[in-house]
Amino acid sequence: MSIKISEAPYKERIGKGIDNDFMRQAVSSAQGRFRNGRLTQAEELGNWEDWRQLGEEIRSHTLENIDYYLYQLSEEVEKRGGNVFFAETAEEANTYIENVVKKKNAKKVVKTKSMVTEEIGLNKTLEEIGAEVVESDLGEWILQLDEDPPSHIVTPALHKNRQQIKNTFQDKKGYDKSDTPEELASFAREQLRQDFLTADVGITGCNFAIAESGSVTLVTNEGNAEMVTSLPDTQISVMGMERLVPTWEDMEVLVSLLTRAAVGQKLTSYITTITGTRLEEEIDGPDDYHLVIVDNGRSKILGTEFQSALHCIRCAACINVCPVYRHVGGHAYNSIYPGPIGAVLTPLLDGYEDHKELPYTSSLCAACTEACPVKIPLHEQLIRHREIIVEEEKKSPASEKIMMKGFAQWASNPAAYKLSTKVARTALKPWTKDEYVENGPGPLKGWTDVRDFPAPAKQSFRSWWNKRQKGGEA
Amino acid sequence: MTIQNRDSFLSNLAANLGRPQKREGVTRPEYSVQPQHEVFKDYSAEQLIEVLKEHCKVIHTDFVRTEKSDLQEALKKVLDGYDAVSIIASNDKRNQEYGLDKAYKEFAKEFDVHVWDASLGKENQVIAERTDVGISFSDITLAESGTVALMTNKDNGRSISLMPKCYIAIIPKETIVPRMTQAAARIHQDNENGTIPPSSVCFVTGPSNSADIEMNLIVGVHGPVKVTYIVVD
Repeated sequence: MSIKISEAPYKERIGKGIDNDFMRQAVSSAQGRFRNGRLTQAEELGNWEDWRQLGEEIRSHTLENIDYYLYQLSEEVEKRGGNVFFAETAEEANTYIENVVKKKNAKKVVKTKSMVTEEIGLNKTLEEIGAEVVESDLGEWILQLDEDPPSHIVTPALHKNRQQIKNTFQDKKGYDKSDTPEELASFAREQLRQDFLTADVGITGCNFAIAESGSVTLVTNEGNAEMVTSLPDTQISVMGMERLVPTWEDMEVLVSLLTRAAVGQKLTSYITTITGTRLEEEIDGPDDYHLVIVDNGRSKILGTEFQSALHCIRCAACINVCPVYRHVGGHAYNSIYPGPIGAVLTPLLDGYEDHKELPYTSSLCAACTEACPVKIPLHEQLIRHREIIVEEEKKSPASEKIMMKGFAQWASNPAAYKLSTKVARTALKPWTKDEYVENGPGPLKGWTDVRDFPAPAKQSFRSWWNKRQKGGEA
Repeated sequence: MTIQNRDSFLSNLAANLGRPQKREGVTRPEYSVQPQHEVFKDYSAEQLIEVLKEHCKVIHTDFVRTEKSDLQEALKKVLDGYDAVSIIASNDKRNQEYGLDKAYKEFAKEFDVHVWDASLGKENQVIAERTDVGISFSDITLAESGTVALMTNKDNGRSISLMPKCYIAIIPKETIVPRMTQAAARIHQDNENGTIPPSSVCFVTGPSNSADIEMNLIVGVHGPVKVTYIVVD
């Protein structure tokens, strides 16, 4: 998998989302719970705006000095016995990791949830060299068994119901119990425990790398990150280059923002901070440690008006308030990064060509900007994307271009305008019932599929005005 | 140890930022607001214990408070409640001070007791995996979130708090601070003074859990299913 998750066209993806009743209901209730959780936590702190301000200042300072802090980070990791690889592209990152896995002659690789490894398509690379790759986050494991992409960056299997999950477990792992979440999870515990114990290599993502000590912080609830970082002797952490903070003190603030904004928890069950290899006489933890720092298009965003998009701490608060995401779901965005932040980031990382519709997958209501714990002006960046798409990239959809051209011609010709306002009512008569169009033709269809359209008035505004001027009855 | 591709990678970043690469001279700014220091700012030790106790309800964790002299008894009660057969404990320097070395000897008559032994190597993990209850000390305890910070070393493996189905954290009263801010500040200060952080600092807040199936909270996934905090005066 790469950043793109399918080849299906935009309209088809949107339609599929809107027609998926279970998904829409699940998303809607999840959004409600996530949003309430965040708001309750914010209210409890009392000075949430100060926290957001602090978060923004930390992110902004870090990104402005990213080369300095990455240098420091790499020095510190090396001091603690780790190797550091700077990868400009996904291929470079994959090749490096592939070589580590090969060198260890590793049969089994166990992973924590990591968006960046999804982005670079790491699993496929490792499977191609014959390694068994096991995702250990419950949601990711479900998706891996079902070969389905994630639809949310915090709860990736949000679009699946328990029956579907039970069927997947049955088909792929011979599960024979009920579809209660407890039994399903307990089955995952049993199955994955064996994988943790027998894995040769552990691969983690990274929520925040701490420059001052060469540490990597992982924010989880299930305990799987602890397993992955404690049991295998070889460990590889993969980080997007901007997942960085100067010190433990900055990490602490951002973790507090992340867990509150993401799931409404003060802290998640596990905030695991690991530094290099295990120390002398220690038993848990790796004796061979690698940190892979991935650019993959991020550096192009530095120094541009979109730089603050790199401040993102992947909490999904913007996704959880987005009214458009609520209706179309995560897969419609065709990116592993869905929702408002996905609509901003995906075209920046992967180009406008395949993602030109994303900045339009928004109502510009600005709920995302208001929710963002590090104050990224998401809706403004979406507007800016639209400007670039229309004015510089000339990539607005062909239909929109034709329509705009047609509208210009029609609206600048008084005779054509007059004629069409006159005949509109008659033309729509076959579809009109009780002054409403219920199942309109052509361009009206999209509208009338979901709601009625009022029939054009008996008399146009212009003719009403003329009559009135002449002193006739209005 | 190797660092690869660093120079070209970082010079590209600096170029995009429109300036020469920085290797020194960067200091963290004085941030304009610092709300993290305001939380429970003037709370007494007793008030913080009350906050911790209350939050244990939210994080599905049992809360026990006891005197040092009654710790063994309190611990025994929790173990019985868990129907424990076997326990694994850290070989902590504080065991003696809190009378746990004697307690573990006593418990050995009834339970299968393993105290972490670095000389046994990976055998410790194997034992942890099949053991019912893990016991270790909290190094710093965060009242706000109900969190125990566990700093590992050769006598205190990560497996103790992770692999068994139940986990008991012994919380010396003086380890309790308002929130993660104080823990992070301490580790930051130590690091500045040349004391490197442990290979793992794990902030554990109650039992492991997941909401990945239809957003239902499931308590107990890969880590422990049940957790008790014992605050010791």
